[in-house]
Amino acid sequence: MSIQIDKNKCISCGKCRNICPGSLICADLKEKAFIKYPEDCWGCTACIKECPTRAIKFYLEEDIGGNGGHLYTSQEEKGCLVWHLVDRFGKEEVIKINRRESSKY
Amino acid sequence: MCKSNTYKTDILIIGGGTAGCFCALTLAENSDLKVIIAEKAGIKRSGCLAAGINAINAYINPGETPESFVKYVKKDSEQVIREDLVYSIAKRLNKVTEKVEQLGLPILKDDKGNYVKRGKRSIKINGENIKPILAGAVENQPNITIINKVNITDYIVRDAKVSGACGFSPETGEFITIYAKKTVCATGGAAGLYKPNNPNQSRHKMWYSPFNAGAGYAMGIRAGAEMTSFEMRFIALRCKDTIAPTGTVAQGVKVPQINNKGEEYVHKYGKPNTHIRLYATVQENKSGNGPCYLKTKGITKDQQKELFKAYLNMAPSNTLKWLENNSGPAFENIEIEGTEPYITGGHAGSGYWVDINRKTTLENLYAIGDVAGGSPKKYVTGCFAEGEIAAESIIRELAGPNLCTGPAAKNQGEFMCSHLQQHFDAKYSPYPAEKIEQKLQETMDKYAGGISEYYEYSKNKLDTAKNELQELFNLTNRLKAEDFHELMLIREVIDRLYVAKVLIEHLLARKETRWRCYQENADFPDKDDKNWLRYVNSKYENGEVKIIFRNLIGKDELYEHSN
Ligand SMILES: Cc1cc2nc3c(=O)[nH]c(=O)nc-3n(C[C@H](O)[C@H](O)[C@H](O)COP(=O)(O)OP(=O)(O)OC[C@H]3O[C@@H](n4cnc5c(N)ncnc54)[C@H](O)[C@@H]3O)c2cc1C
Ligand code: SF4
Ligand code: SF4
Repeated sequence: MSIQIDKNKCISCGKCRNICPGSLICADLKEKAFIKYPEDCWGCTACIKECPTRAIKFYLEEDIGGNGGHLYTSQEEKGCLVWHLVDRFGKEEVIKINRRESSKY
Repeated sequence: MCKSNTYKTDILIIGGGTAGCFCALTLAENSDLKVIIAEKAGIKRSGCLAAGINAINAYINPGETPESFVKYVKKDSEQVIREDLVYSIAKRLNKVTEKVEQLGLPILKDDKGNYVKRGKRSIKINGENIKPILAGAVENQPNITIINKVNITDYIVRDAKVSGACGFSPETGEFITIYAKKTVCATGGAAGLYKPNNPNQSRHKMWYSPFNAGAGYAMGIRAGAEMTSFEMRFIALRCKDTIAPTGTVAQGVKVPQINNKGEEYVHKYGKPNTHIRLYATVQENKSGNGPCYLKTKGITKDQQKELFKAYLNMAPSNTLKWLENNSGPAFENIEIEGTEPYITGGHAGSGYWVDINRKTTLENLYAIGDVAGGSPKKYVTGCFAEGEIAAESIIRELAGPNLCTGPAAKNQGEFMCSHLQQHFDAKYSPYPAEKIEQKLQETMDKYAGGISEYYEYSKNKLDTAKNELQELFNLTNRLKAEDFHELMLIREVIDRLYVAKVLIEHLLARKETRWRCYQENADFPDKDDKNWLRYVNSKYENGEVKIIFRNLIGKDELYEHSN
């Protein structure tokens, strides 16, 4: 389980590096972000929510039941967090959560 | 090490997590004191709250009282708790909940505007954003200086008096010394002591934060602070693989735990309190009735949809796993398992031995949140309450005649800096820090009651663990750091070794089995109320862990430290 960063989408803002609770993300010589310690990722998705360009995706390794899918988030609407869950065939499920609304359970 | 920087402040808070942030906020709103938060990562999402949480787990709902809360915690924790501490938390739970709601936490309400009950003592929220909400409030306070990305390694201490702490930046290597009149330890508990459920690529897919490496405990141990109840480990019952919480399903959708024959099994093992639900599952597995499940198959599509959302708000791996496998809880039961043991005073009782104001046995040092012992089941709101209690005490003390002595010997910070330097001077490492950590985890798993041993331990095995740990200690001095992140990893493994060393002595000292799984002593498999209704405490002196037994403290007793 870990993250992948798409260098082409990264605009070198540094937000993911600052927020990771394990300081696992570093910058390369062009200030582009990369995950230096992929096996130390906790899976908190803090970096994903922080990235302004959807450059980071989160996936599960096969040792915990991953099956080639991934997720990322976007925040098109104010106050909402939109989750994009993509399976290995590219089929995407979108779940929109209003951040001001409580969970039912 | 190259650059260094020195700060002076009224109050230093080590760890800008749940308790640390709330403490800083209380100080800033009620005094003009200058506060520094020194945080290893970035306070916006650091610590246990990073991914979000699923509920406020400690709240006094209508029909409950602070007194009934104490009774519940006492019963669930087999009587060995600090009732005085739990009571002081219970009386503040609702007030701190209202405060965090004002800051912006969404809490579910009914038509009349009352919070909706989740369980007897919990309420429903959207906890995904709780840490940014808290951090935002802290950042707005002009009297609080936040130093992110500084890994604190030790207190500045002399004659059992603390006058600040020092550490370094894992990014730039800058060495930082902070002198303070009062220091508050809020570094959370310790994960990574035992071999985890998923030891391979997903080794950090654990329940507790893998970045809480027990620094606060280790600093206190080295400085000679008294610790309590380390033997009351915490082991969670979680969804297999993703190690996501199960309460959302069990309490939210209200489904039972079943074994592979479809039988509801928990009641066979006694009153279903927290550790018995875990113990029952472990025993079913041991006797061939596993795997065990939460019986979700057949729940409605709407319920499933709400569960997808609820998990995204706190453990997104779980929802991803369902969806990428074209499945969901309505189609298959959720397999459950016990995690590796953690040391945390937020769920169990292990941590600093504190008085009612959360003062430790070292002068000018407070401990709050998961790092403070004696009051299990404090959870998020209990951590807030402890932050508030410590802040109020500090304000009282610093308003009076200021008896604080000046900073310790000036060169103490430099001495510690040179201590870190040795890891750069080392010629070569026999092993990288990561291998030492793995060896520690394997040793603890096998010889100190980990998952593979069904959490059971015996004196013979613990003696083996002790010897292995000593070998690992000897190796750590020679570890070489190539960069500052590696230096942080070296310091983490050293801290974990200290915590493990004390833990083993506590496990040895309690010659009974008080808590199923948490403290499963194979040499003394029964609970013994006649001899063991007391606390096991310890102090580290001259390289040895000295065990101290103390009598239980009641709800209305006023406990003060004395030597
Ligand atoms: C996954 C998970 C889910 C939970 N869900 C719930 C829930 O739904 N409801 C509930 O009520 N409770 C829940 N809890 C319990 C609750 O979150 C914790 O009890 C509480 O957050 C602990 O607060 P703390 O301040 O002690 O630790 P944390 O909030 O973890 O703060 C510790 C801080 O110290 C920092 N730190 C560590 N070492 C150092 C160092 N050497 N130098 C500087 N800084 C350092 C860390 O980076 C971190 O920011 C959950 C816990 C976990 C782990
Ligand atoms: S947050 Fe996104 S854009 Fe910013 S540095 Fe990280 S990957 Fe690049
Ligand atoms: S998911 Fe969390 S732990 Fe993993 S890299 Fe992102 S911020 Fe760090």
